[in-house]
Amino acid sequence: MSRVLRVVVAAAAVALVLTLPHWLSDAKAAEFARAGCFFIAILGLNLVTGYTGQISLGHGALMAMGAYTTAILTADHGFGDLWTIPLAGLVAMAAGFALGLPARRLSGLYLALATFAFAVAMPAILKRFSGLTGGSQGINLFDKALNRSTGALGHVHVLGRALATNDFLFYLTWGIGLVLAGAAWLLVRGRVGRAFRAVRDSEVAAASSGINTGFYKTLAFAISGFYAGVGGSLFVLVSNWFVSPSTFGFDKSLLLVVGAVVGGLGSLAGIALGALFIQFVPSWAANLSNAPGAPSVFFGAAIVLVMILLPVGLGGLLRKLTEPLTRRL
Amino acid sequence: MLLAVDWAGVAQQVVAGLSSGGTYATLAVALVLIYRATGVVNFAQGELAMFSTFVAWTLTRHGFAYWPAFVVTVVASFAGGVALERVVIRPVERASVLTIAIVTIGLFFVVNGAAFWIWSPEVKSMPNAFSTRPIHVAGVAFSISDLGIIGVSLLAVLLLWLFFRFTKLGLAMRAAALNPDSSRLSGIRVSWTIALGWGLATALGAVAGLMAAPPLGSFDQNFMQPILLYAFAGAVLGGIDSALGAVVGSLALGVFLNLLGTYVSWVGTDLRQGVALAVILGVLLVKPAGLLGTATVRSV
Repeated sequence: MSRVLRVVVAAAAVALVLTLPHWLSDAKAAEFARAGCFFIAILGLNLVTGYTGQISLGHGALMAMGAYTTAILTADHGFGDLWTIPLAGLVAMAAGFALGLPARRLSGLYLALATFAFAVAMPAILKRFSGLTGGSQGINLFDKALNRSTGALGHVHVLGRALATNDFLFYLTWGIGLVLAGAAWLLVRGRVGRAFRAVRDSEVAAASSGINTGFYKTLAFAISGFYAGVGGSLFVLVSNWFVSPSTFGFDKSLLLVVGAVVGGLGSLAGIALGALFIQFVPSWAANLSNAPGAPSVFFGAAIVLVMILLPVGLGGLLRKLTEPLTRRL
Repeated sequence: MLLAVDWAGVAQQVVAGLSSGGTYATLAVALVLIYRATGVVNFAQGELAMFSTFVAWTLTRHGFAYWPAFVVTVVASFAGGVALERVVIRPVERASVLTIAIVTIGLFFVVNGAAFWIWSPEVKSMPNAFSTRPIHVAGVAFSISDLGIIGVSLLAVLLLWLFFRFTKLGLAMRAAALNPDSSRLSGIRVSWTIALGWGLATALGAVAGLMAAPPLGSFDQNFMQPILLYAFAGAVLGGIDSALGAVVGSLALGVFLNLLGTYVSWVGTDLRQGVALAVILGVLLVKPAGLLGTATVRSV
């Protein structure tokens, strides 16, 4: 892509985020804000799976680390919720680093099992340390109005303008999302990104060109953990300031992988589409029929259909559609 | 000081562990079968087994006894597995492994949802396959049901092994898994061997589900999910490319889980999955290809 085009695309993305809430109802803005959290987590997952070629079925648990950091600091230690977001990222980054350690020795399915184990164990661990996490009741920040960025009234004043809660959350998640997307882009176009791709394409060749493959794998997991932690932290805010162990069952981890692959593991637009897919297709499916099990059938069928029709994901389709345009520029 | 160990109790727990390990092993071999043919872990394997079990449950409600229902279900599951591969997996046969894995996750949702849709969410129960009387051997009471489940699971795996070892079709399937391109050149229809593999795996899954469901007393549409997790863990522990490894790994896991649940009280039911998986991780870090798997050595 030419430099001009890149600037145009980035500007268009910012413009879209800025204007979208004007056309959305309040409830829809909240749903889009949730999709923003998935977008951030999938950005991280994409660094590990898309760029470094390592499978992780444990990113839902990394989100949980971030979410609980925010919840605990806000509920028990008087932090303002927005200040906990970077801290949540750092805590999840440490967890991501630990999760990346088995990746130095395991690959493929074995790594999948290792990370899956983390995802499966997370709800049980959260219930077990109930003194810290509130057990299966979870943590509710709704009565901590003083520590919430939106206060008790639900309006936030930004640059002299009053924003409704859900619009504020929309701008917050997608604003952070765009910044983190820019950071990820800077990361992968440089030396580190080149090392990531080398590890993905051939570990042996990477090692023989002097790349410390173990280091870069753990680095990918750690950075990815930061993204997942920020996504998880914001997830508490958009879920009515409430979190419980069942918020982060292993299905969240599977859902993130589905989002990443449906999005096509690569382009930012694809990742955004993947995030929207896992946010909106389940609720769309629930609208079709609310017989027990029916939404699950429609959601699963949608996943299978997308994969059969577009084996390279929605991002691949997007690339194909815009190719005539980008060639021209 | 001598530790007073209740050996009869330990023996009972070991047999009970082997019994649940047997169902894990059956499902684990199904996983290995599909893994070797396509390089993918079938996330829907457990749900397909659950679906088969519910079909058998319906048959028992309509006058079938347990064993006729068992036979009908296993045969129907085989046909269903082949059909499913033709409709859903065939179109993505040449796509990346990750794409196929996501398709099986999609199938997981579809099959699970369909079972809730068809059979409503109330819990079900099923007649027992075996007598529930205990049998006394050397002063220790074993449950006939446990022994029967171990027998059926091992028999199913043994039959499969005989099929792969001594029939021409089995040889063709092994060849197709090992080297699809040369197999194609020698006239094997590789695509159909994959369909056949799905059929066999689904039939094996039906056996696992039908062994696992009755002892639970009551079960719902999610009852195979922990079993899939343990089967996956057992298969990986044994080495995912080895059927024998999957059996050994699953049986060991079943015994380990049962002893852990009985004798280590702080683990409790909540942490059992986590601890089991952590132990497996420990084993894998020492032996990355699993207990009986082939370590890949590549020359460049």
